[in-house]
Amino acid sequence: MSDTAGRIIGAIERPPPPPRRWTGQRIAGHALMALWVVMGVGLVAFLVGAWDAELFARYAPNYMSGLVVTVQLVLISIFLGALLSAPIAYARMSSNRLLAWPAYAYVYFFRGTPLLAQTFLIYYGLGSFRPQLEAVGLWTFFREAWYCAVLAFTLNTAAYQAEILRGAVRSIPRGQWEGAASLGLHTFQTLRKIILPQALIVALRPYGNEIILMIKGSAIVAIITVYDLMGETRRAYSRTFDFQTYIWAAVIYLAIVETLRNIIDWIERRITRHLKR
Amino acid sequence: MERTLTLLSFGAEGWGDEIAAGVLVTVSLALATLPLGLAAGFMIALAKQSEERSLRLAANVYTTIFRGLPELLTLFLVFYGVQLGVQRVVALFSPGTSIEINAFVAGMVALGVVFSSYASEVFLSAFRAIPRGQYEGGYAIGLSNWQTMRLVVLPQLVRIALPGLSNLWLILLKDTALVSVIGLSDIIRQAGIAARVTKEAFLFFGIACVLYLVLAIISSIAFGAIERWTGRSEPAR
Repeated sequence: MSDTAGRIIGAIERPPPPPRRWTGQRIAGHALMALWVVMGVGLVAFLVGAWDAELFARYAPNYMSGLVVTVQLVLISIFLGALLSAPIAYARMSSNRLLAWPAYAYVYFFRGTPLLAQTFLIYYGLGSFRPQLEAVGLWTFFREAWYCAVLAFTLNTAAYQAEILRGAVRSIPRGQWEGAASLGLHTFQTLRKIILPQALIVALRPYGNEIILMIKGSAIVAIITVYDLMGETRRAYSRTFDFQTYIWAAVIYLAIVETLRNIIDWIERRITRHLKR
Repeated sequence: MERTLTLLSFGAEGWGDEIAAGVLVTVSLALATLPLGLAAGFMIALAKQSEERSLRLAANVYTTIFRGLPELLTLFLVFYGVQLGVQRVVALFSPGTSIEINAFVAGMVALGVVFSSYASEVFLSAFRAIPRGQYEGGYAIGLSNWQTMRLVVLPQLVRIALPGLSNLWLILLKDTALVSVIGLSDIIRQAGIAARVTKEAFLFFGIACVLYLVLAIISSIAFGAIERWTGRSEPAR
């Protein structure tokens, strides 16, 4: 019965859809899209036209090693920053003023000043204390640009991650804590079994954004002579004065960031399946 | 202590005036970028919520590119890329003349495109927070498209978008530090010069950090005032 009804409805002749008019928006949209396409084609044509096998053979390995340095820097600082962020977030949420205030000052300082200034402060600034650092045997650490960069990035991302963690834990309703307490779980168990699994869903997107910001921010270590992807690019440009060196770096950075963004989207879709209605 | 004060004094031996000039450059660059970025960001947000698919796609390509590139790389692309491009065009007409792109303008454009791509997302989510009924109400009392936007939607939009925009302003303020690399005498560059000459790197970079903090604090006070001012027409709860 319903089958025949469906066929009858399907057979109804509808009037043809009205023709889509060329509104101002549509013209502007097509014009802008055409501009992007022209620019994209122009870029590819430029790269093809400027293709130089010798240049590629000489600098591609450098770019690869630069990419490895960038990834290492980001992974190490994100990991160390995550370790450091937990006590900071704890102190920041504490009702004890002596704990909360220094944590607030730490977060405010590292979020309120440019990463570049922090890196300079550690790399160049701590050089002022060379005699003292040599006395304690830390000078070999602070002499290396790489270690200074890792330290600066770790301290910086720890401040941001502490805020992410704090926001996520705060977003869990009080009732969850009370429910766990009434079941006789102590604070650490509550945190591990009840609060964190819920908080991490909230924190996933900010964490992903923080990783992306770190990858983009890591380009500045090129200024303190760490040869990461940006550093290798600058070196290649200063030797060849060929603008395609910068274009290749842009393509690589864009590919990394877009891949990462899609992975984060995918993870978020997966872990929030139980929340979809 | 006395040496420190001499170093920071305004005058021949002190670096106070140089660093003050750096603060001026940083603030004026950020202030010059802001209207550019806001206007572009607003237009892109409009394009993103348009019914026309090609317009949405074009706007999304823009944000994908400029949110994915490191700010430093965007700056170099603009600074060197535009310089090369302009030189090639000029060489067509009058060979032999060389043109230099102003570092300030390059910084403004680079920071402006980055700012606008983030701002468009803020504006877009603010647009989505405004119920359709507001537009329909506007049309029902005979306002044109533009009037509805200006008189009904914008006042609410500003209120919703303000926290996001104030965040972006603080990020912009910090990103201006990058222009020191292309030779603009901002806080960082002046502090770096002072550090190299006086060998007091920690002092001067520390002061640079403090100055950025002061700028951030002033901005949050200003944004608090703006928020109260825009919130004055909000219905009482």
